[in-house]
Amino acid sequence: MAVRNVAMREAIRRALREEMLRDESVFVMGEEVAYWQGTHRVTRGFLEEFGERRVRDTPISEMAIGGVAVGAAMAGLRPVAEFMTINFAFLALDAIVNHAAKVRYFFDGMFKVPLVYRAASGWGNQATASHSHAPEPIFAHFPGIYVGCPSNALDAYGMLKTAIRDDNPVLFSESIALYPKPGPLPDESVEEMLVPIGKGDIKREGGDVTLVAYARGVDWSLQAARALARDGIEAEVVDLRWLRPLDMALVYDSFKKTNRCVIVEESLPMYSFGSEIAALLQENMFDYMDAPIKRVAAEDVPLPYSKEIELLALPNAQKVVDAVKEIV
Amino acid sequence: MPSPTKDMLLDWYRQMALIREFEEICHQLYLQKRITGVYLHLYSGHEASGVGSMAALRKSDHVITAYRDHGIALILGMDANAVMAEMMGKKTGSSGGKGGSMHLASAEHNFWGGYAIVGGHLPLAAGIALEARYRGKDDVTMTYIGDGATNNGYFHESLNMSAIWDLPVIWIIENNGYGMGTEVARASGQTELHRKAEAYGIRSFGRVDGQDALAVYQVASEAVAYAREHGPAVIEHVTYRYRGHGVSDKQYDSRDDMSAELREWMDEREPIKILRDHILAAHGDVGDALAAHDEAARRIVAQAVEFAEASELPRGRDALLGNTYIGSPQVYKTPASVGAGSD
Repeated sequence: MAVRNVAMREAIRRALREEMLRDESVFVMGEEVAYWQGTHRVTRGFLEEFGERRVRDTPISEMAIGGVAVGAAMAGLRPVAEFMTINFAFLALDAIVNHAAKVRYFFDGMFKVPLVYRAASGWGNQATASHSHAPEPIFAHFPGIYVGCPSNALDAYGMLKTAIRDDNPVLFSESIALYPKPGPLPDESVEEMLVPIGKGDIKREGGDVTLVAYARGVDWSLQAARALARDGIEAEVVDLRWLRPLDMALVYDSFKKTNRCVIVEESLPMYSFGSEIAALLQENMFDYMDAPIKRVAAEDVPLPYSKEIELLALPNAQKVVDAVKEIV
Repeated sequence: MPSPTKDMLLDWYRQMALIREFEEICHQLYLQKRITGVYLHLYSGHEASGVGSMAALRKSDHVITAYRDHGIALILGMDANAVMAEMMGKKTGSSGGKGGSMHLASAEHNFWGGYAIVGGHLPLAAGIALEARYRGKDDVTMTYIGDGATNNGYFHESLNMSAIWDLPVIWIIENNGYGMGTEVARASGQTELHRKAEAYGIRSFGRVDGQDALAVYQVASEAVAYAREHGPAVIEHVTYRYRGHGVSDKQYDSRDDMSAELREWMDEREPIKILRDHILAAHGDVGDALAAHDEAARRIVAQAVEFAEASELPRGRDALLGNTYIGSPQVYKTPASVGAGSD
């Protein structure tokens, strides 16, 4: 089967298009998804192919985008609702947290809510404080919804298809920085490419330290692993891919081998992905722990505009290398 | 518009008598601590608003409301036993004891639920109506909104969305004069709430006497016909709540002017009496039938209380965790129960 390199945004576009072709109940809605062809070009060509019924421009109304998707999903459709950026999903937090995630529970299973919220996430383009967030852990805080955060084209393809087919609500976070990143994707789709909900992946094997990451953190971790290898340190890179549910079995298996761990994330450090993984490791892997768990995250500050101090706040591969060298 | 038949009117009376009895018994049960939830918002005084408007629907239409939802559930024909059991958090409750007073629903009755965040159900209503449009069906979604909800962002965004997408929603504003404890005039620049429809290019069917089931029915019938064919409609029902915002509401104890206002509504605008007088005037001697409905309401609610109190509580972790997700439970395990490497 021919495999070619495609940008992550193209992989997402292909997954979404294939699911729309496969299932007539799947439709997309969001700001600028139709006539504008998608702010991030993920829905390029969709309006022409599927028409206004299934490719629905919305007003700038995030509360309604969040809630209309819930009602449509309860009634039997499979909405894929796009938040132009995840920053705007804050406006829809009630619809996501109090409705999408809880409707099934508080009616004790009477309804299902098979929707996907897609949101573009991340920082580093001088977008300034209110447009610079990687807040996935906030959404993963709440039971009732799944949270997916792909790090590459192939995973994004397989994870989005799974998310659309699943009967539970899913928040699917797409890193803006990774949209143009090319990755191998087979020309033909096979079911094996679907990534099960909650299944993580080892992106690099190594026996000296475990790097746990998702989305952009995986790139920083892989870069760091290559640098560390030059110094004779072999890092294992665990890409959890889903923040909820968490594939902790994968982390534990790696940690039993390496006995050391650095957690890498683009998000903020307090009450974070890193806090959670570190807590679970110390509770469940204490006997295997040879060094303190280290965390690499963004600086605990709103983001400035000016480039140099903005980048100072972001994690990067060097910060991961430095963290590893403190414990190896 | 056809006038309601004698049988229809008698059935409305049956529904209203049942709701009043159910709600007043709920109130007593709350005072006796036999219903223990902190939230209990009663529909007493609102009966004509729900009964008259839902009489304009057909079976395949949809209904959704906020937390003052007991009356809506009973009008749709939900089993009083299951509704009362839900008040008491029992396993036999309509939501298995997980939802309580504010989260009644019934998929088989196309009742999409009561919701507890003011305005939160409005976009859900639009989404349910979107499904009908998407599939080319002409079912409508009747959506009950309190006056207070017309001031929050969900109202604006949902009505606007329903307008641009021509969604078949009847937005019924039940204006009972107060958003929790705040009078409409202190909360809304526009006090004729139905006129907010104009801002979205939605047709308003005006302000209706919400205590008169016949008036409510007439206007709802026009709005439903309009929504089926064209798109969203707004109606404002002027009504009153007899038991405050919720049962823990102390305003009627502490404010004499409000107690006087309540007495005036109960004396002058009592919805069950208005309907009763109409039926007797139009159809002569049906006193026996009305008395039978009163008696049946008492019997049904007494049985419901008996049923609910005899029912079991949900117990244990399976009951706690169930229906968080569909499929294999993916619920986070509390740290103590996370087996090393086995999650």
